[in-house]
Amino acid sequence: MILRAPRHFPYALLAPSVVVMLAVVLFPLGYNIWLSFRNMSLYHFRDHVFVGLEQFQLILSEPLFYQTLGKSLLWTGVNVVGHVTIGITLAMLLNGPIKGKVLLRMLLILPWAMPQYISALTWRGMFNYEYGAVNLILGQWFHLPAIPWLSDPFWAFVAPVITNLWLGFPFMMIVALGGLTSIPQELYEAADLDGADRWTRFWHITLPSLMPVMLPAILLGTIWTFNSTLVIWLVSNGGQPADSTHILVTYIYKAAFTYSRYSYAAAFSVIVFLILLGFVVHVLRDATRGEEARS
Amino acid sequence: MNDPDERKPVRWTPGTVMVHAFLYLFAFATLYPILQIVTISLRPSDQLYSTSLALIPEGATLKAYGVMLTQKPFLRWLANSAIVSLAVTLFGVTLASTAAYAFSRFRFRGWRAGLYLFLLTQMFPATMLMLPMYVLMRTLGLLDTFAGLVVAYTATALPFCVWTMRGYYDTIPVELEQAALIDGCTPWQAFTRITLPLASPALAITALFSFMAAWSEFLVARIVLSRQELFTLPLGLESLAGQFQTEWANYAAGSLMVCVPVMVLFVLLNRSLVSGLSLGGVKG
Repeated sequence: MILRAPRHFPYALLAPSVVVMLAVVLFPLGYNIWLSFRNMSLYHFRDHVFVGLEQFQLILSEPLFYQTLGKSLLWTGVNVVGHVTIGITLAMLLNGPIKGKVLLRMLLILPWAMPQYISALTWRGMFNYEYGAVNLILGQWFHLPAIPWLSDPFWAFVAPVITNLWLGFPFMMIVALGGLTSIPQELYEAADLDGADRWTRFWHITLPSLMPVMLPAILLGTIWTFNSTLVIWLVSNGGQPADSTHILVTYIYKAAFTYSRYSYAAAFSVIVFLILLGFVVHVLRDATRGEEARS
Repeated sequence: MNDPDERKPVRWTPGTVMVHAFLYLFAFATLYPILQIVTISLRPSDQLYSTSLALIPEGATLKAYGVMLTQKPFLRWLANSAIVSLAVTLFGVTLASTAAYAFSRFRFRGWRAGLYLFLLTQMFPATMLMLPMYVLMRTLGLLDTFAGLVVAYTATALPFCVWTMRGYYDTIPVELEQAALIDGCTPWQAFTRITLPLASPALAITALFSFMAAWSEFLVARIVLSRQELFTLPLGLESLAGQFQTEWANYAAGSLMVCVPVMVLFVLLNRSLVSGLSLGGVKG
């Protein structure tokens, strides 16, 4: 108890939010789990019955599950590492004496300001084989051959990754910029006295000081990226070519709303949810333990 | 800007020249997709298949903008989006600022469970929410209304806002409120008169984030709204992008008119964004 107040006061403050969250979280969670044990689909829309763990067995026995899981991990890893690396690099460069710093910072956060669906649709246009700006630039400026961005399974996965890297780095940059301004200058002065070079200063002062600020952002970013349906869906036009670009969540979306396999999609969602839950509980257990001890 | 570096003269060495070159090139590459939208929106209808990289296309015309404003229900979609987004902002800021205050200033039964509940929503695959949400709204008669959308969006934006606000409150010394309580303020007065004004940078972020969540949401809107006169901007614009090629210029013109206000908002809130987010992150 940090601040003294009547016992009910914090609960009163929380009540409205909790009601909203329960309506939008608890009900869907319960209904989704119920659905995952049934066989609701287009053929069994009203007369669906309890089938136990059948859906789960089906999913876990398909090689497709493991392929899309691998793609999901790759997608999340590449994006989060990319966002954080680009974000910290830009923030550190912008933190020095730079001409036009305010303008640069303004320009660099614009991708974040764009609604994602517009970015994704625009990038898809830019990845067009014949008329897209990306291939035109590769050809006209660098004299490189055109890349089949949207028709080759490999490049059709690279294209959404590029789009998503573009979308996501400004958030990490802003967080890192804020973190950098809070590092006491004395630390660097002390390091200078000890004759530390630039590299040592980065690894021993900048990075450790940034981490407490970056970690919550990275945790959220990881979850968001793992769960992001929109970019892959819109850039690869629903998993094209031939459903080869799917990660877990886009595949579920397709199973539910294109193939109408509702219970199958529900069971798939539960599995994905459990994966994320395990990850977050694991990370957070360490993070909040210290906080509660303090109170 | 709070950093004194801004006025410090730049010493030009090969190193700083390279840093500048890199940053400006990177900024140009970042900006390029946005410039593309401008280019496409200016294209006359006979140039939609063009292999020119010119930023201002040959025979540039503002016709698409006129078409969007007069012949398409663009202003209608804009009004719908504005209503939904402003309602979400209002609810989001109110709910997040109070809930986060409880998490920051008090420890109570269910403190940890409460924090987890907010994070829990972030872990749901979108599909896990959409199907049940559809059933719920249908039962309550909320389909084709904005009320259902507002509740759904508020809940989506809330976790991030609560965590950000809480982190910011944590940096405000609790002694200020303790002094106010001793002087006879009620806890509610201490919160609204002392803490809340001091937390305005974080409030700005919460408002911006709630607004953005609603302004650009597509997947939920698509299952809730089926009548065209109720479409929000994302639904309306997507309906153009999905149609004939001739609509590309209209789509681009519409997109630009949607992006610009949001970008202006971002630029204006730039400063709060840095201080609000970073401080918010300190305590996680």
